[in-house]
Amino acid sequence: MDQSLTKNEFIGHEERAPEARRSWLFTRPDHKTGIVSWLTTVDHKRIGFLYGISALFFFLVGGAEALMIRLQLAVPNNDFISAQTYNEMFTMHATTMIFLAVMPLSAAFFNYIMPLQIGARDVAFPRLNGFAYWLFLAGAIILNVGFFVKSGLPDMGWFGYAPLTSTAFSSEFAGDMSTDLWVMGLQVLGVSSVIGSLNFIVTIINMRAPGLTMMRLPVFTWMTLFTAFLIILSFPAITIALVEVMMDRNFGTFFFEVSGGGLPILWQHLFWVFGHPEVYILILPAMGIISEILPCFSRKPLFGYPIVVFSGAVIGLLGFGVWSHHMFTTGMGTVATAAFTLATMAIAVPTGVKIFNWIGTLWQGNLMMRTPMMFALGFVWMFMMGGFSGIMHSAAPADAQQQDSYFVVAHFHYVLIGGSIFALLAGIHYWFPLMFGRKVSEFWGKLSFWVIFAGFNITFFPLHFVGLNGMPRRTFTYDGNMGWNSINMIATIGAFILGIGIAVYFAVMIYTYFKGEKIKRDPWDGRTLEWSIPNPPPHHNFDVTPQVHARDAFWYEKHHQAEIDAEKAKVAAEDEAHGGIHMPSNSWFPVITAIGMLTGSLFFCNDNFIGAIGGLVIVFFGAWMWSVEGPGGYHLHPTKEGSDDADAQH
Amino acid sequence: MSSTAAAAGHIDHHHDATTTTGIPHKKLFMWAFLASDCMFFGSLIATHLIYRLHPPVGTIDPRDIFSIELTSGSTFVLLMSSLLMALSVNSIQKGNVVTTRKMLLGTIVFGLIFLGGQVYEFNHFVKVGGLTLSNDVFGSTFYTLTGTHGTHVAIGVLWLVLMYIRTFKPADDSAGQGWILRGLFHFLTFTALVVFGMYTLLALIHAFEMGHGFGYYFSHHLPSFTGSLALLGGLFWFAKPRGAVDFGEANAIDVESMGLYWHFVDIVWIVIFPVVYLLEYVVLP
Repeated sequence: MDQSLTKNEFIGHEERAPEARRSWLFTRPDHKTGIVSWLTTVDHKRIGFLYGISALFFFLVGGAEALMIRLQLAVPNNDFISAQTYNEMFTMHATTMIFLAVMPLSAAFFNYIMPLQIGARDVAFPRLNGFAYWLFLAGAIILNVGFFVKSGLPDMGWFGYAPLTSTAFSSEFAGDMSTDLWVMGLQVLGVSSVIGSLNFIVTIINMRAPGLTMMRLPVFTWMTLFTAFLIILSFPAITIALVEVMMDRNFGTFFFEVSGGGLPILWQHLFWVFGHPEVYILILPAMGIISEILPCFSRKPLFGYPIVVFSGAVIGLLGFGVWSHHMFTTGMGTVATAAFTLATMAIAVPTGVKIFNWIGTLWQGNLMMRTPMMFALGFVWMFMMGGFSGIMHSAAPADAQQQDSYFVVAHFHYVLIGGSIFALLAGIHYWFPLMFGRKVSEFWGKLSFWVIFAGFNITFFPLHFVGLNGMPRRTFTYDGNMGWNSINMIATIGAFILGIGIAVYFAVMIYTYFKGEKIKRDPWDGRTLEWSIPNPPPHHNFDVTPQVHARDAFWYEKHHQAEIDAEKAKVAAEDEAHGGIHMPSNSWFPVITAIGMLTGSLFFCNDNFIGAIGGLVIVFFGAWMWSVEGPGGYHLHPTKEGSDDADAQH
Repeated sequence: MSSTAAAAGHIDHHHDATTTTGIPHKKLFMWAFLASDCMFFGSLIATHLIYRLHPPVGTIDPRDIFSIELTSGSTFVLLMSSLLMALSVNSIQKGNVVTTRKMLLGTIVFGLIFLGGQVYEFNHFVKVGGLTLSNDVFGSTFYTLTGTHGTHVAIGVLWLVLMYIRTFKPADDSAGQGWILRGLFHFLTFTALVVFGMYTLLALIHAFEMGHGFGYYFSHHLPSFTGSLALLGGLFWFAKPRGAVDFGEANAIDVESMGLYWHFVDIVWIVIFPVVYLLEYVVLP
């Protein structure tokens, strides 16, 4: 498995840093294969792969939870699962899909693809990148501990509205820690996301290849940058909100405690100040992926590149000013309601601009209907439908009717499945050949697309109607005389079709990973730098740092071969003169520090403060060793590809 | 990499040729983190203000417990610590390790005075003012907000101490990693001094406040007093010159990143002090 992920053997040789006298504790590990190499990895491609695998695992867990929900709702007055289990299922379905599936899957692409697109050999802080992943895993474990302990899973909804999170409402027995697990899990995930995003911001701004000006960045990289800014600016709001809940639960404060003068509505404001930008955190990477795929398979450059980038920025910016549209029915007063209505409607403008630019890209293109393109076109259509129902919500009077009904459920599944998930599935198909050197069969890829597409629409389109007819969200069953029976049955059948589609999709992926057709580099005739390297990419990504002369850098290279070859020879000679390619060494301490966070958080949820302090001590030890372990790093001397000269000039 | 003045001026501290923008990675990282931290404190301050605008019936009047003189004093000390921090950045950029150490120590002491003031203030509010986390929503927001700021200051002090100890890393790597163990003991001595020293000072102040004088103080607190002196001596021993160190102009960016954090935490206090303390005295018409 190691071999197919990153080709460790490369043509050329490796030069170790001269050994100082160091004890084993301060010597950085250099395993290239095996479990240790994964635990200590700092390679952005491996970290991206780890993110991807974890995200897909939790995607399936969240999907199973969704099927439980749909089974329960298939017929009226069903008792397939209890009301309590139903609450746990919808809470964990949303939390899992948002924080443990879509966000890390986007992070997988940020990690794997973004450095390749900017011509970098790693991110700015490789160990911190590993730390962000291990912290993500710690948060995911904390959130899902409820499956295995008496307290059970969190059950107050992913939004955790006060006062549902108070001890009075959420603790079924003394020491019930399901809500504490949710609070700590999200807290740890937030730290992970912020650390990862700070790293991406520095990487994109500071590690671009020579000539790669900001307005030449691939759109996916742009969207990575915007998403990272949204994360670092919106997560602090929920961090504080969760701190306040934690203080309320553990130390008796009154932040959301009405009896002491607390205002539960404050939670909603803080939560949605985070929660609405979070929606764009989920969709902007998807838009970036689509902006890469559509031009590639339309054989045209992206239509209106600057305006697509600018629209992304405007969406991100406006995203901070619309949070209260989630709260139109709380009675904020007419002025606030009108202001948030207008701001929300304004967001439709940059989004619409993007849609038109994608259509402009397709227009008169030489369309190649490959699997990634199918998913991308599905995205444009389905996301647009979700956008239309979104505009309906933006009008406060209409929203007052739709609030907390299945209409809203239909809306956000259109933007999250039809939007984010379709784009991420498209991205997996698109970059799979680059990551693993194999290609998914077109027949099976397209089949899975059509099954997913059909299942998705059969599930969620009818929910619009049942929602407008008044069926409430988050209610574990309904009476048979409401006129909702047939639609719910159809939706459940659709959900299983969607499940089968996803199963086919992943079965085909796994098959392809082991047995798929091997292909040469650049199978789609791409235009961005990640396609200029062999597949799977070598550990050091680029033998020679690319020099960028145009927006579609690799396209330019293809059409100016002689000029580029001469330039590459020159840059290679310069690199060699500076001692070769510098690569970072692996490290144990990111994973050790994350383990400290994990144990500390779990002890804290159990009200075991000695254990929590013990966890902090591990964190301190990990961070201390992190800073004093050897600087590490080694140099590579690649020789010209295809040559067998394994030991060229030193 | 050496501490000698000869190396000074060889590094351009305003342009890093290895990055696209010329800004060092660490500095850019810190700026982005501080942007994030702005939202962090913004949410906390907003929470506090919302509850000041909607106080529950019978809430405590903060003016009854605040001591603006004390808080103004510790605010001034914290701001002056930023001056020392800036001077330490300035001296390490010139490769002057000895001055850097002095300025780092000054920043640490000033930071600790601020923290001591906060400990004293919290103690006073609880014992005299009767304000706790869980008897008034004002207490909830006040302690959480100022406590979070205090935690930031404490993390800054910890970072400063670790940086101070880092300046003693020997340049000669062939001697092995013994310096790390010595650094650990250095750190433990420093921590113990902070704890005992604060206790000693507070006990001394208390003795004078009560009008007991030196005799009473020494008869009751001799062990902690001598212990603090011994620890102070230990700190001097650790600071003894031991040859060239692996800390100099090249580490300026590390000190500068830390400085950015420290200044930011001060700036947050510049917001908190007027908003949380002074605003209470503004009488609206």
